[in-house]
Amino acid sequence: MTEIQIKLNGSVERIDVDPWVSLLDLLRETLKITGPKKGCDQGACGACTVLADGRRINACLALAVAYDGSEITTIEGVSHPIQEAFIHRDGFQCGYCTPGQICSALGMLGEYQAGMPSAVTEAGEVPAGKPSPEEIRERMSGNLCRCGAYNGIIMAIQDVAGTENR
Amino acid sequence: MKPFTYLKPHDIEAAIPAGTPPGTKYLGGGTNLVDLMREGIEQPDHLVDITGLHLDGIEELPDGSLRIGAAVRNSTLAAHPKVRKGYRVLSEALLSGASGQLRNMATVGGNLLQRTRCPYFYSDAAACNKRQPGSGCDALDGFNRSCAVLGVSDSCIAAHPSDMCVALSALDAVVHVQGPGGTREIPLTELHRLPGDTPNIENTLEAGELVTAVVLPPPLSARSTYRKVRDRASYAFALASVAAALEIEDDKVTRIRLALGGVGTKPWRAYEAERLLLGGPADEQAYRRAAEAELAAATVRAGNAFKVTLAEATIVAVLRDLSKAGAGS
Ligand SMILES: Cc1cc2nc3c(=O)[nH]c(=O)nc-3n(C[C@H](O)[C@H](O)[C@H](O)COP(=O)(O)OP(=O)(O)OC[C@H]3O[C@@H](n4cnc5c(N)ncnc54)[C@H](O)[C@@H]3O)c2cc1C
Ligand code: FES
Ligand code: FES
Repeated sequence: MTEIQIKLNGSVERIDVDPWVSLLDLLRETLKITGPKKGCDQGACGACTVLADGRRINACLALAVAYDGSEITTIEGVSHPIQEAFIHRDGFQCGYCTPGQICSALGMLGEYQAGMPSAVTEAGEVPAGKPSPEEIRERMSGNLCRCGAYNGIIMAIQDVAGTENR
Repeated sequence: MKPFTYLKPHDIEAAIPAGTPPGTKYLGGGTNLVDLMREGIEQPDHLVDITGLHLDGIEELPDGSLRIGAAVRNSTLAAHPKVRKGYRVLSEALLSGASGQLRNMATVGGNLLQRTRCPYFYSDAAACNKRQPGSGCDALDGFNRSCAVLGVSDSCIAAHPSDMCVALSALDAVVHVQGPGGTREIPLTELHRLPGDTPNIENTLEAGELVTAVVLPPPLSARSTYRKVRDRASYAFALASVAAALEIEDDKVTRIRLALGGVGTKPWRAYEAERLLLGGPADEQAYRRAAEAELAAATVRAGNAFKVTLAEATIVAVLRDLSKAGAGS
């Protein structure tokens, strides 16, 4: 066991953890933070998406020990207009993928604002203003929704784009 | 997951002795290794995390080449202004791979050394010479739609999965490594091995050798691009992909770089096509002849014969687009 320290949704946690425990299992099983979901446990669905020092990652492929000293944000630590927007736009049906979608969307909007290009960015230059639906679709491709609420998700993200600077 | 120890050293001098004993593996972002460990395919006793080794810089060297640290994340590299401007094919290849989350985690070194794989590599119930040397290869007569057609052997037909490596191959990148015996430089095209009858050995690194950096020669004047064809528009591996740089003067090809993904057992530099194109006419007929000549070496299986046509058509389309974009960058 190794003792690690993470700042989880604003509060400091010191926890003993075995090196083979994923960040996702640490959150869900030990800390009872069950917002991040275990959809596939192999990086293929995005349901486990959390923010680590502001960057979106798949918690299922992250070893918790490797994130010693990081600041982790899960849906439990998010209070943002995007949550209202998901309701207004029907951005979910069963809600299983939603915690991952929202964490991913916040990370994605930060990347967009920082000028990071995507595979559909023309000539590699990220235009100012809100990302287009095409940009959002490409940038959010790492989050699957088995209920197929994609159109609502994209509209919800577009509604709040530009407001992510807390 | 099988228990193991974890160490995160802060300098290379400590990392290499720790990373050399049998049963030890370096850990980058973990997006490939952790997955394989969970499946029991990789079972290291010790992991040495390389993300604390200050290998996360990108710097231009005095001769104009670009040195990329092995721990640079894929998303950071794709967004770097020097890469977007001078090595567009690399930025495009990176952005076509995996997902936003995975690119934030994945490192350059880990992307280079991710395992070559096919569905049977993951299945305990299947024969796989890569997982269990000598057990056979169920992909040969099985579900082989994703498998390679170039560089294959009777032991293994798994395709190399990396998009980044295809671009690096076209760019003549050089991989810098450091191990117990000192440092050396390996051209990207010589880092990966063909499967032959030892598909379990995928690269030319020695025990304990750590990738420290990838160095790109100064930017080409030629325009470059990456195109990836796959089953869905995003978040899927390539069925076929093409990295190319093309320069034309007086309707003749004066510079050409061509590499293929999704079709080879290693990132596939298309030397034969390059040889035929260089100095010849820059027209569609020549592009098609060169593409067909490169794919003439293909060995197809029931499920993946379509990849020959797909790769040829993609090569022609990419070269056509690059020549239309014409003079300039
Ligand atoms: C769902 C999913 C979809 C994907 N889709 C794509 C895709 O479309 N295109 C694509 O190209 N890739 C794709 N990938 C693969 C992804 O790009 C790789 O998993 C990633 O690049 C590996 O980097 P890492 O840092 O996480 O490596 P790790 O998992 O940390 O390591 C991989 C290997 O490299 C070794 N290693 C790491 N760093 C070093 C070093 N510095 N020196 C020596 N050895 C080292 C490790 O020991 C290990 O064997 C996908 C992955 C997933 C899970
Ligand atoms: S649970 Fe992590 S990506 Fe599916
Ligand atoms: S809302 Fe049900 S999986 Fe997305």
